[in-house]
Amino acid sequence: MTQRHDRIARRFDELKAADRAGLVTFISAGDPDYDTSLETLLALPEAGADVIELGMPFTDPMADGPSIQASTLRALEGGQTMARTLDMVRVLRERDDATPVVLMGYYNPIYCMGVEAFLAEAAEAGVDGLIVVDLPPEHDAELCLPAQAHGLDFIRLATPTTDARRLPLVLENTSGFLYYVSSTGVTGAAAPSAERVAQEVEAIRVHSDLPIGVGFGIRTPEQAERIARFADAVVVGSALTDTVAAAESPTEASRGVLELTRSLAGAVRRAREPVTQD
Amino acid sequence: MGLPHPTAEIAPDADGFFGRFGGRFVAETLMPLILELQEAYESAKQDPDFHAELDALRRDYIGRESPLYLAERLTEALGGARIYLKREDLMHTGAHKINNCIGQVLLARRMGKKRIIAETGAGMHGVATATVAARFGMECIIYMGSTDIDRQQPNVQRMKLLGARVIPVTSGTGTLKDAMNDALRDWVTNVADTFYIIGTVAGPHPYPAMVRDFQSVIGQEVREQLAEKEGRLPDSLVACIGGGSNAMGLFHPFLEDESVRLIGVEAAGEGLDTGKHAASLQGGSPGVLHGNRTFLLQSAEGQITDAHSISAGLDYPGIGPEHAWLHEVGRAEYVAVTDDEALDAFKTLCRLEGIIPALESSHAIAHAIKLAPTLPEDHVMVLNLSGRGDKDMTTVTERLADELAADAPAQ
Repeated sequence: MTQRHDRIARRFDELKAADRAGLVTFISAGDPDYDTSLETLLALPEAGADVIELGMPFTDPMADGPSIQASTLRALEGGQTMARTLDMVRVLRERDDATPVVLMGYYNPIYCMGVEAFLAEAAEAGVDGLIVVDLPPEHDAELCLPAQAHGLDFIRLATPTTDARRLPLVLENTSGFLYYVSSTGVTGAAAPSAERVAQEVEAIRVHSDLPIGVGFGIRTPEQAERIARFADAVVVGSALTDTVAAAESPTEASRGVLELTRSLAGAVRRAREPVTQD
Repeated sequence: MGLPHPTAEIAPDADGFFGRFGGRFVAETLMPLILELQEAYESAKQDPDFHAELDALRRDYIGRESPLYLAERLTEALGGARIYLKREDLMHTGAHKINNCIGQVLLARRMGKKRIIAETGAGMHGVATATVAARFGMECIIYMGSTDIDRQQPNVQRMKLLGARVIPVTSGTGTLKDAMNDALRDWVTNVADTFYIIGTVAGPHPYPAMVRDFQSVIGQEVREQLAEKEGRLPDSLVACIGGGSNAMGLFHPFLEDESVRLIGVEAAGEGLDTGKHAASLQGGSPGVLHGNRTFLLQSAEGQITDAHSISAGLDYPGIGPEHAWLHEVGRAEYVAVTDDEALDAFKTLCRLEGIIPALESSHAIAHAIKLAPTLPEDHVMVLNLSGRGDKDMTTVTERLADELAADAPAQ
């Protein structure tokens, strides 16, 4: 059993005390190369990321859109492995013991490494939680329950198709926060209507005290600001990986990701400020 | 004839597992839909009207039952087991694929879905899907790898004539597995009105069991036809395997008959030791992809690698979970046959029986050619001729260009 750090719970407590939503940023580990993505990762907290979602590259990311798929393939092309992804977290932890890191990906690379070996290493490296897209609650015994036994949160996705009958099952073993997928479809799809999502999030709050992060389709500071008025966190991924794809050099990629993070963080921070009249 | 009676089902368990294989490893967005599909399928199985409609379509639209043909010249040439060919190549659209599509489209209609999606490799599943979508007046979208579109042009044209939209998949490596990824993405995006017709005994539960049940008509007919012709059970059943639906359909009604040898033939491509093959059981390891745990072609890190076969229909890095289980418990034997061996078998069947087989089925024939001479003359072997070879003419004529250019017939 590994010691539980509760970085995620502490971060959401802090956010609540400050009465603001958090910003969760996603980057693929190793995109476009190991050094650049490590440099970006280390600078994300200062740029305003409250929680870091770090993608574990997989060849067949079925639930992701073209942007994240391309980023995961760039990372693999650059020689990214699970060992190197965990190394990145270790390096971050030497400098930052507060920012929660959530690994996001698919089950197969974890299964091939061996669930116990993976969980032991992830916990030791300083990982706080996991999002594994292709493990619904029906398969909690595979990874969710063992992960929690290792002190790692298991963050689950709820979607517009998760009806009232199914929601309790989805919430049952979810910890850390609940990731509300604001639209059906893959990552990077069209922007959701903030009004509709607000209603859906409120409906979930009736059943759970967990913080709720909202993601899928949020690309701009303006969109982030609207979601941040009611959600506990806003998740941005494809817009950041698009920035990497569009960059002409690794240096520019890192700079672009951090710039966008800063403007998203600014938007999230001002979302609940009272409107002042001039 | 209907579907297998529920009590005859050996597996999967309630969570969709065949031993440790199978399951429902999908994104949360799809789970409610998959559970709804399972409910709809369970209710259809109990509904005599569903069976009656399925039986009528099988008979009058597909052309069932398919003949069980004693291949006398092949048997004589090999000098061993008596070889029967189960003629799925004679069914509507030219392959066994239609058996499954007709069942699933009836379910789609029961569930009130208006839009059909599918993925296809060689195009046979795409053609069968486009066919049933046309028959029931539904919108149809087919995802197909860009490489496969190039090598299977006749099937692409057929799908278009049948009213389907064929979407080239260039993401990833542009092959069948990527087409399946894109079909799953479409499904996640359009869950409300879309039914995904998976073409093989893979994917999340209930697909592996459902596709198997729809294909089991093959084995059930073999049972009855052989009882009439030989008065007994077969000694061996041989079928090719990509995902494994024609093999599962042939094997399943015989799973409990221990005396029947079940032999699945995978594609060894350029050879199992070259890394260029599609033999998931013999050259792969257990993993999780496309909604199920099964044997996969993958790196030690769990990254999926490309499959290779002369036959686009076998070119998939996974295999149905029930096969993975039958392999693990030793109930079925799995062997592999190379591109060259399959091509030789293709020529042999053309010349000896006047039947141009699909390159997929040619893998099964190639193994029968190896095995039959070692067996006694009273051994009865049934080989599933899963499809016809028209679609493969481009591939075959390229490979046999020199022989076909000569004045004399190809040897």
